[in-house]
Amino acid sequence: MAQDQNRIWVVWLSLLAALLLTIVPIPSAIEIYRPQWLALFLIYWAIALPERISVGHGFLFGLLLDVLTGTTMGENALSLSLITFVAYQAHKRLRISPYFQQALSVLALLFIQKIVSFLVMGITLGMTTATSYWISPFIGTLLWPSIFFILRKTRRRMRVR
Amino acid sequence: MALIASLVLMVMDFRFQQLQYLRNSLTVVLHPLYLIADFPKTASTWLSDTASTRDQLQSSNELLKKENLRLLARVQKFESLQAENTRLRNLLDASLKVDDRFLIAEITSVDLDPYRQQVMINKGSASGIFVGQAVLDADAVMGQVIQVTPLSATVLLISDATHSIPIEIVRTGERSIAIGTGRIDSLELPHLPSQSDIEVGDVLVTSGLGGKFPAGYPVANISSINRDTNSGFAQVSATPTAYLERSRQVLLVWRNDQSAASN
Repeated sequence: MAQDQNRIWVVWLSLLAALLLTIVPIPSAIEIYRPQWLALFLIYWAIALPERISVGHGFLFGLLLDVLTGTTMGENALSLSLITFVAYQAHKRLRISPYFQQALSVLALLFIQKIVSFLVMGITLGMTTATSYWISPFIGTLLWPSIFFILRKTRRRMRVR
Repeated sequence: MALIASLVLMVMDFRFQQLQYLRNSLTVVLHPLYLIADFPKTASTWLSDTASTRDQLQSSNELLKKENLRLLARVQKFESLQAENTRLRNLLDASLKVDDRFLIAEITSVDLDPYRQQVMINKGSASGIFVGQAVLDADAVMGQVIQVTPLSATVLLISDATHSIPIEIVRTGERSIAIGTGRIDSLELPHLPSQSDIEVGDVLVTSGLGGKFPAGYPVANISSINRDTNSGFAQVSATPTAYLERSRQVLLVWRNDQSAASN
């Protein structure tokens, strides 16, 4: 079968699912703790398929996230490009590092997005944020093992290359 | 490359607002995602509507009839007051158009960025909604439309940190500007001098200056005043009257002159 040899559409579909998870309504009390789904998914794909997933994917989906959630255009495009870039650079090390260490790197990557948004909001809205703003990367890190296993299972079953 | 592109995008979006077209078209492309995210809510509303019993419908019908009667009675009073008001204003040679045109829209249950006070509604330019239009709920002013696509529109709430609304204090007639703080339950009024005549509980209504919001709609109540500042201005905060967090249905307003212009 020539047309579905690499099945890259699975990646696209999973990234769209991440976008969806970002806007699905949850109670407003826990809304600020929502994990950064798109960043987590992009990190996984950048580690798993570094020759397929480029900074361009981070940029494109970051831009879509900006449009979708009404943030300043380019805010998430910038941070997700950065995240995919760093994850790509480190993919060899990340692949073989033990789980705990890998989770720590993911935490650092997730903080990139938070820091960029923090700076952009500070400049455009002149607004500082509460401490609770910095909690969602930790939740994302706690979810990382399960996301890693689910996406790896999907990748192997669908034979995405 | 991507980094430079995103920086350029941010500056363009923030400084020049030239990206509206790109943002609009991408929003249209992403519309299915909004529909999917909103689906559970829509489905559950539909289910509870279809599955409600005859008794429930009857009792709610009863209730609505009573409510309607009560409102009709109030409207009668309101109409006589309005006539009187117009007459008095005519005597004073000041003309005021009171009748506004409304459209009801629903807030879709999708979560936008939690640090920006925006909501999405399910009507768009196909229904005649335009950028800058005032949005109310049943009680008071909620915000204004900042982006429209054919099928949806984004509303910036009055509590957003980038939003300001010209207001008037009902009791004294003093005019000022209420600025959002980024928190859904408070606005601030930074331009009132320390000696100005304000009290906790004062009602703020739109002044109609600036031309965006029609005059005379409630906006907020003063919740706290701190006069002991060195700047000469009082620190005044106010609580929005509209249920910014809880409203599901909103009203879009056309002022008389605006609908005349678009007709």
